[in-house]
Amino acid sequence: MKLAIEDLVDLARGAALLGTGGGGDPYIGRLMAQEAIRECGMPEIVELEDVPDDAQVFTSAMLGAPSVLIEKIASGDDVETSVRKLEERLGRRADFITPIEIGGCNSMIPIVAAARMGIPLVNADGMGRAFPELQMVTFNVYGVSATPLAMVDENLSSVVIETNSAKAAEDFARVNAVQMGLSVMISCYPMRGHELKKTGVPGTLTMALNIGRAIAEGRKSGNPAESLIAFLKTNPYYGRCKILFTGKITDLRRDTSRGFTIGECTLQAIDAQDVMKITFQNENLVAKMNGRTVAIVPDLICIMDSETAEPITTEALKYGQRVSVVGMSAAPVMRTPEALSVFGPSCFGLKEEFTPIEILHGDIVGAEGVNV
Amino acid sequence: MRIGVDVGGTNTDAVIMDGRNLIAAIKSPTTENVSDGIVAAISTVLQQSGVSKNQIASVMIGTTQFTNAFVERKNLLPVGVFRIALPATKSLRPMVDWPEEIRQNIGDASYLLRGGYHYDGRANVPFDEKGVMEAVRDMKRRGLKTAAVTAMFSPVNDDLEIRTEEIIRNEIPDAKVTLSSRIGRIGLLERENTAIMNACLAEMATRVVQSFSKALKDLNIQAPFFISQNDGTLMQAADVEKYPVLTFASGPTNSMRGAAFLSGLKEALVADIGGTTTDIGMLSGGFPRESSVTVDIGGVRTNFRMPDILALGLGGGSHVVPEGSGVKVGPRSVGYQLLQKGMVFGGNVLTATDIAVACGYADIGDRSKLSGLPSALADKARARIHAIVAEGVDRMKTSADPVPLILVGGGSVLIHDDIPGTSEVIIPENAGVANAIGASIAQVSGEVDRVYSYETKGREAAIDEARKEAIKAAIAAGADAQTVEVTDIEEVPLAYVPGGAVRLRLKVTGDLQLATPGAI
Repeated sequence: MKLAIEDLVDLARGAALLGTGGGGDPYIGRLMAQEAIRECGMPEIVELEDVPDDAQVFTSAMLGAPSVLIEKIASGDDVETSVRKLEERLGRRADFITPIEIGGCNSMIPIVAAARMGIPLVNADGMGRAFPELQMVTFNVYGVSATPLAMVDENLSSVVIETNSAKAAEDFARVNAVQMGLSVMISCYPMRGHELKKTGVPGTLTMALNIGRAIAEGRKSGNPAESLIAFLKTNPYYGRCKILFTGKITDLRRDTSRGFTIGECTLQAIDAQDVMKITFQNENLVAKMNGRTVAIVPDLICIMDSETAEPITTEALKYGQRVSVVGMSAAPVMRTPEALSVFGPSCFGLKEEFTPIEILHGDIVGAEGVNV
Repeated sequence: MRIGVDVGGTNTDAVIMDGRNLIAAIKSPTTENVSDGIVAAISTVLQQSGVSKNQIASVMIGTTQFTNAFVERKNLLPVGVFRIALPATKSLRPMVDWPEEIRQNIGDASYLLRGGYHYDGRANVPFDEKGVMEAVRDMKRRGLKTAAVTAMFSPVNDDLEIRTEEIIRNEIPDAKVTLSSRIGRIGLLERENTAIMNACLAEMATRVVQSFSKALKDLNIQAPFFISQNDGTLMQAADVEKYPVLTFASGPTNSMRGAAFLSGLKEALVADIGGTTTDIGMLSGGFPRESSVTVDIGGVRTNFRMPDILALGLGGGSHVVPEGSGVKVGPRSVGYQLLQKGMVFGGNVLTATDIAVACGYADIGDRSKLSGLPSALADKARARIHAIVAEGVDRMKTSADPVPLILVGGGSVLIHDDIPGTSEVIIPENAGVANAIGASIAQVSGEVDRVYSYETKGREAAIDEARKEAIKAAIAAGADAQTVEVTDIEEVPLAYVPGGAVRLRLKVTGDLQLATPGAI
């Protein structure tokens, strides 16, 4: 895969859609990636299957509050230093950078890291979407240790965390992040190429880019939502998909607590009596139509502008917006019992079991010619 | 008595108001040199009313000149850009996402310096005062006269911005300095953009204010003049010179304020239907509701307080074109050429105005010119026009409850039927000059926007302190102390901060104190 600077706008849009309401607006991240590429050149992008088994692969991400990142923008050196600190701790150099989270702002930070360090970026991530916590990653589900984890602020002050579990790493990192000004750059889940091949979600960088492109092209022909769906149907992860609802936002309850935006959004169909309710904790978790579940985490629920198909983050939802809600299947590795025990409905306090979107809807068939 | 003037893209409207009564109103074309048009409009309206100049207690002007200058990249000054945030924010230089041609106007005198605060008010790193002094000397060498100062988390604590202004003034006493914390909110890049935008208009702001005061002098009007700002209150000339961006959205605001005044309603939707577009906004307490998202101006992302306005492509001049089994209305429009191109005026373009005439609820031009128009087409177009407004109204409402809709502007004749979701549709008398009337409503405001710790200070005490300070600011801006009241309180708990930190925004508004009694 080759990426050009002009592609970043489409990539950001696709990443925002895969953010399913969370992950932060990729705007600042996109500008950071653009500037890093201008200065250091475009990093090489490598397919997961081409990563040597014994290669050292490190991750790169931002941790904290996206609403702080828009004021305390990263220095750039902090992105690179977080990886360096992890290298120092382990006594080995990173050969590749891989994204952890392709949804939202964290689609862009790894590009900054790879560009500045002059090493290749892997076309993969650890979820194919966005999640609020560090342990909610396929790398963790399938046995890669989250730690040592290095976190670095703009002053290049750093903390290296070592814990017995990914959840403990999340708790420790969150506490430190408060002291460090609530937006820090991290590198964690250090692993070998063969581990990433076993645990990662391949191809998601390309997918985010192509999703953004499908929306942009759809705008030219006048129907971005359908263009998006037509594209998704060719995709091995997101292919079981559907426009679940089109309507307007008639009620919105939003609370900020424990650093999350928690609440519920009610939608009313324009010409019918149908009502949809979407529950969110940063990311959209479950969508119910007239009381019946029509999509549930870890499957993806995306709210977008009904005319432009521009994805809308949870913070930007407003009464009266005309929106379409798209439901799509998560990658198969995200739907196993082990995966569901880490980021299934119960991990968000939801009482119901996970049911795949294609079971909830009789009319969703696997995409033609795509093996899911 | 007082004069209200609204300088729009097409027309300059002027009204004379005596208390709540409209004495006279005129529309005249906007001129290349804006103050000529203002002089012409004021002379005409004075002549028409027979009011003598010494009866005028004040003149209020609404203008979109600054917005237009920025969008058209005219008369923009090079700016010394000070950002106090390093080592944070180093990855993104100032104006990183601006269109190249405006960035060139502003120049490359950007100074990134160490300092700034965290979200909770803790200092991040020591402030590099020496660095600021060196930067100011460089700015002086370059001959720059205007600066934009942005410090990290300055909406939480603005003291570094204030100190930087002092340093600049020590070295360059006549410099114009814009502080980002005075106009923007959290979101460093957007707030910095807004500050730079404001700084580059500094020279023009001085010139415009001078030309207004000269225009009034030429007319021999002794009364003070004020300029209306985005939130619908007035600014004194000296403040406009400092913060011209605060007038950027005064156009739609004035028509909404005028609608509130003419209808006597404080909670309502307003649709200002012009020749090409319809602006829909929501009145809350008699003032336009503010937008909560970023707003692009001339390709530059900003986050300062603007009224939340939905612009739709519907106006009196909108083209009406059959399309399949339906009909398309707008966004193409004959605009100001309606009087030549509309069918009832003898032209050959079917417009929204022609539909209102054909359906029998507007009496404009020559109706017989529409004899060939199929009534089925007219009915469909009528339904479409109402549907466009109904959808806009629905989008702008904050709850499902029906609210009144006030129609103003020349295109208000397009609407005749009920609009779903509204409790009533009101077209007040003199709706055509609502904007100039809006400009003439003499109110001034004072505002405090700061982070308080409710845990240590207590909520009541914090609000009380903010209110007293806001009242002081309003009186300094010219408010009559007797009439000042709180018009807006917004409390935003800082979710990630322990200790009950709350960002409190409190605004008070009062009537302008005028020399002539009973002038309001």
